[in-house]
Amino acid sequence: MTLMTKFLGAAAVTALTAGAALAEPALIFDLGGKFDKSFNEAAFSGAQRWAEETGETFREIELQSEAQREQALRRFAEAGSNPIVMTGFAFGDALGQVAGDYPETDFVIIGMVVDAPNVRSVVFNEHEGSYLVGIMAAMASKSNTVGFIGGMDIPLIRKFACGYAQGVLAANPDATIVANMTGTTPSAWNDPVKGSELTKAQISQGADVIYAAAGGTGVGVLQTAADEGILSIGVDSNQNYMHPGKVLTSMLKRVDNAVYQAMKDGPGMEKGFNVMGIANGGVGYAMDEFNKDIVSADMKAVVDEASAQIADGTLMVHDYMSDDTCPALSF
Amino acid sequence: MDVMPKWAEVVLVPLISLVLAAILSALVILGIGEDPVAAVKLMVTGALGSTYGWGYTLYYATNFMFTGLCVSIAFHARLFNIGGEGQAMLGGLGVALACLYIPWPHWSLALIGATAMAALFGAAWAAIPAFLQAKRGSHIVITTIMFNFIAAAVLNYILVNMMRPKGSMDPATARFPDATKLPTLHDLLAPIGINFSKAAPANISLLVAVAACIFLWVLIWRTRLGYEIRAYGQSESAAKYAGISPVKITMIAMVISGALAGMMAINNVMGEAERLVLNATEGAGFIGIAVALMGRSHPFGVFLAAILFGFLYQGGAELALWTSIPRELIVVIQALVILFTGALDNMVRMPLEKIFLGIRNARAPKPAEPAE
Repeated sequence: MTLMTKFLGAAAVTALTAGAALAEPALIFDLGGKFDKSFNEAAFSGAQRWAEETGETFREIELQSEAQREQALRRFAEAGSNPIVMTGFAFGDALGQVAGDYPETDFVIIGMVVDAPNVRSVVFNEHEGSYLVGIMAAMASKSNTVGFIGGMDIPLIRKFACGYAQGVLAANPDATIVANMTGTTPSAWNDPVKGSELTKAQISQGADVIYAAAGGTGVGVLQTAADEGILSIGVDSNQNYMHPGKVLTSMLKRVDNAVYQAMKDGPGMEKGFNVMGIANGGVGYAMDEFNKDIVSADMKAVVDEASAQIADGTLMVHDYMSDDTCPALSF
Repeated sequence: MDVMPKWAEVVLVPLISLVLAAILSALVILGIGEDPVAAVKLMVTGALGSTYGWGYTLYYATNFMFTGLCVSIAFHARLFNIGGEGQAMLGGLGVALACLYIPWPHWSLALIGATAMAALFGAAWAAIPAFLQAKRGSHIVITTIMFNFIAAAVLNYILVNMMRPKGSMDPATARFPDATKLPTLHDLLAPIGINFSKAAPANISLLVAVAACIFLWVLIWRTRLGYEIRAYGQSESAAKYAGISPVKITMIAMVISGALAGMMAINNVMGEAERLVLNATEGAGFIGIAVALMGRSHPFGVFLAAILFGFLYQGGAELALWTSIPRELIVVIQALVILFTGALDNMVRMPLEKIFLGIRNARAPKPAEPAE
């Protein structure tokens, strides 16, 4: 019995400490983990930027299991966190279930659309950014063969591959595209060794520029490409710095901006559907001191032109997920 | 003749293992500058301090009961089934097919149908390695673990290319119809006046899991088949001499094992997610090995060990939510418990056996003094 009272006492204490943290924003990372050097890390850096600017704090959790999705959402909502930001399309279903129960809480989901009055959905036009880096890959390639290494074989990654292939063929209709997926299970997001092996395999097929859209697996792709003396293209975050002069560019997906903006807007933000494309700076390609010597002025001019055309709508890049087909690449 | 009394075997060994794991975990938490006492408190209150916590603990425990039983029955036939993960995945596919394509009028019928399908799919997935073992001598450890990968790939293919609703990005099936919604513990306990948390996912499949524990106990210790399985497990040659067919026992034990793993899907797929997602099993098949080891392959032991692991999972989730202990270290803590209770069993057992042997020798009457 005394044991029980102790438990209850402890429960009360925890409840109190949880209550003290009221109205903090919360950030939920997907199963890939916070430091994946890519998608989740970008979200973290956005939140970090917000915290540094405002001097406030935010709650965060890295999920361990599927069942925790709904659990984390409910726990944060009940503890008064607001807004609650989550990264990854996999939250779509759980959020659809939970959002209605907490009408006072604002939710922001990145990478998926959830139709509820208290949800802001942020999606990215990854195919547009991939198209741009595809142009650069084709122009940088001397062997007329470029590679693509995806993480897990899901529609989203096919969307990357399809945009990339269209860009490659737009710049060089004779180019060959070698595309591989790392795996069919979530472990494919975090398998740098296999990424490295696939890179070697693609090099043996003649590829001399390889685009990695594979989360943590991409670290192995970039490393091996640098070791073998070919170019690589990073994804999501700016990964140019990882191997200066060896990473042609990175396809930027400004997840950090989306998270930063959501936390800045705070409770009572504007909800609804938020498409982040080239037109509003949501996706793009990275230029910095690490790759300025390998990107020629000619290359930059062509890419910027395409970028402008996509922004004003004269150039349409096919989105794989709109109809599950790709005109430029077969899977 | 056993060296240790029964109570020491079932209570003392796991308890000492747990304490050792707890001490090491505390050192790990201290090492990263957090307070281990507060962490333990948080785990206990988070997992057992409310009906909400219990709901999650029991939800995880239900998964582990099924997979623990799956490994146990195979252990009794000295077969090491590492394929619980893959069998549970296929069970999930069976549940999804049953729930999506058959218009069930009521959840109770849906539960029976889905359980049958889950067991069937899981059993079929286990039957192939079993056949290869029985007829071709391909080692069951190798084949079952390979089949986990095949199951993941098959499921991925089916979810991405066939069962994913149009326009959805998530590799998952559509939501199951409302008629297949299983009652949660909240629904079950409300009529008897217990207000169980609504948000928690524990559901009626917990009762199915308990029933499976009882069924397995009866099967192993009260039936002729169970006797044959145990005899085969103890000594294959003796069993053969007694007229027990190794092929038959291997097949039957593995089919039951696979069916139990598959039945886990009624909890996580039908009860919790209400749709089939990729990686729905989340390693429960492997945890089942630790659960079976800790539970000494006895259904009641499995029941207790499953609740312990459910506690670790839910407590770990609470740690992740309310402290800055990183996810990786929570996995370290869970792994330490598995290591000590599962793999390092003999480290505790052997010294204990020596102690008990010492006590017994000291008590035993001197053989040189015959009575009168």
